[in-house]
Amino acid sequence: MSGLDVLFLAVGLLTAGSALLAVTAGRVLHAALWLVVALLGLAGCYLVLGAELVALVQLLVYVGAVVVLILVALMLTRAGGVPVVTSGGQRAGAAVVGAATTLLLGTALVGSVGRDRVELTGPDNARVAEGIFGVYVWPFELLSALLLLALVAGVAIARGGGKRS
Amino acid sequence: MIHPALPSVLVAVLAGLGVYGILARRHAVLVLVGVELILGAAGLLLVTVGSTTVGEGTAAATSGPVLTLFLITIAAAEVVVALAVFLALSRERGHVDLAAPLEDGSSTP
Amino acid sequence: MPSELPLLVEVALKAAVVLAVFLTMPLALGQLEHKVMGHMQGRLGPMEAGPHGILQLVADGIKFVQKEDVTPAAADRPVFRLAPAVALIPYLVALAVIPFGAAWVAADVPGSLLLVLAVTSVGVIGTLMAGWGSGNKYSLLGGMRAGAQLVSYELPLVIAAASVAMAAGTLSLTGIVQEWSWWWLLWQAPAALVFLAASVAELQRTPFDAPIADSEVVFGPLTEYTGLRFAFFLLAEYAGMVVMALLFTVLFLGGWRGPWDEIAVVGVLWTLLKAAVVGVVFLWLRVAWPRVREDQLQRFAWLVLLPVALLQLAVTGVGVVVLQ
Repeated sequence: MSGLDVLFLAVGLLTAGSALLAVTAGRVLHAALWLVVALLGLAGCYLVLGAELVALVQLLVYVGAVVVLILVALMLTRAGGVPVVTSGGQRAGAAVVGAATTLLLGTALVGSVGRDRVELTGPDNARVAEGIFGVYVWPFELLSALLLLALVAGVAIARGGGKRS
Repeated sequence: MIHPALPSVLVAVLAGLGVYGILARRHAVLVLVGVELILGAAGLLLVTVGSTTVGEGTAAATSGPVLTLFLITIAAAEVVVALAVFLALSRERGHVDLAAPLEDGSSTP
Repeated sequence: MPSELPLLVEVALKAAVVLAVFLTMPLALGQLEHKVMGHMQGRLGPMEAGPHGILQLVADGIKFVQKEDVTPAAADRPVFRLAPAVALIPYLVALAVIPFGAAWVAADVPGSLLLVLAVTSVGVIGTLMAGWGSGNKYSLLGGMRAGAQLVSYELPLVIAAASVAMAAGTLSLTGIVQEWSWWWLLWQAPAALVFLAASVAELQRTPFDAPIADSEVVFGPLTEYTGLRFAFFLLAEYAGMVVMALLFTVLFLGGWRGPWDEIAVVGVLWTLLKAAVVGVVFLWLRVAWPRVREDQLQRFAWLVLLPVALLQLAVTGVGVVVLQ
């Protein structure tokens, strides 16, 4: 075990634990807040893996915006007292499917990466920028169109529903 | 130096938890929490591969982080549309319970 | 900063210095607010504690410590209790990477601008936690307002900062100040105005304080807080002002640049002086303007600030290409 291994193990355990609580917590607010911790932990994982730009973007977009949107949506749709969890049978089925997914993905991935330790050789920020604005510039432009579309669609859907009823 | 198996296990765990979250929840927004976890797992896998393998040329060398950034952007767009749908749903039906039976007349505008 | 010290000692020293700055500068700004507001409104302000009332904040602190720490029965206990810390800590992290002088920065990381923007955007989670955790409808309404407001104003704030980063060609705050030259005052003026307005909104201060509008939602998310926890929220607000003022100084006013800035201490003084001026502008806005209504607030963000910020981004892009 090297220092990085221990560091990743700590951050990874935090991430996995809070993700577990995010999908099992009985109150919607707690679930959303555990998601915040899980996403923060994920940003920490990116940092340990040497992708600091991705980590910061994750922090800015996910924790700063997406989770805030989710929390506000939870507040807005709070009326009605929706029960959070489904019946025991469905939960048991979901647990089986989830565990199977983990097992399948885990064995496939761990089997493919091998047991040897590897050096972290991620590209630095300047290199990533070259990638975005060089080879990947057209997907990047497409993404901006997608974001605009999502923005307009979001406003249209959220407003249209209210007007009709 | 790092064991690439560690991030891989975390990817599998996050994806499994996400699947469980999607299937076991009936509050629409909490289903979205599960979706976010799966997307997070995908991002982590991309970053892991990007940081532990050596690619030739800019396209291959930067694909991991760049695709993760794209993924985060797409996830943001997806959340915006999904939450707008949930808001419309909650206006129309008064709740966002995905397991509730459809009431008469509520499904047609 | 001498670099011969062992790493651990250096880190501990720097952390201590950052903490000290974090605890003193917001207090200084709070004291300044008492005095500036007093003079602008043609009244004395608090004058009783100490000579000219300079011990007022100490007295306030003693009062806060003595108050009972009440957690309402309807509150979500852990969330309610954790909220002030979540609101406060991001600003402490942000302060650690903001440069006061060419070498006077606690942690000089490559993407420091992105780091500051990212961590300050986490602070809103604390407000939302307070809003929902209190189990009070006014808190919830205030929290919702805060969430909507902060998401809306985050966008122009980040775009305005991105414009400067583009002009400088770097995401490092020290790098931005090194690239800065005086005519950016003109070139980046729209971005500066957008950033100023958006940062006031991010801090939820008048005229953008709809989330804590006392005549509408009591005190918004902070309604149920007493004693030290309330003091932490206040500290978070003033620390936020300090961070935003310093960030504005570094991005738009050239940080430590100024006459005789070869001497490190003079550079730091320039930073502090410029930040103090920005801080007074924050206070001035509070004194001079009435509260903006909730829908006007959203309209302002999306129909005024965002287009201006995007236009500035385009202008900066053209400028950078032409200059090269």
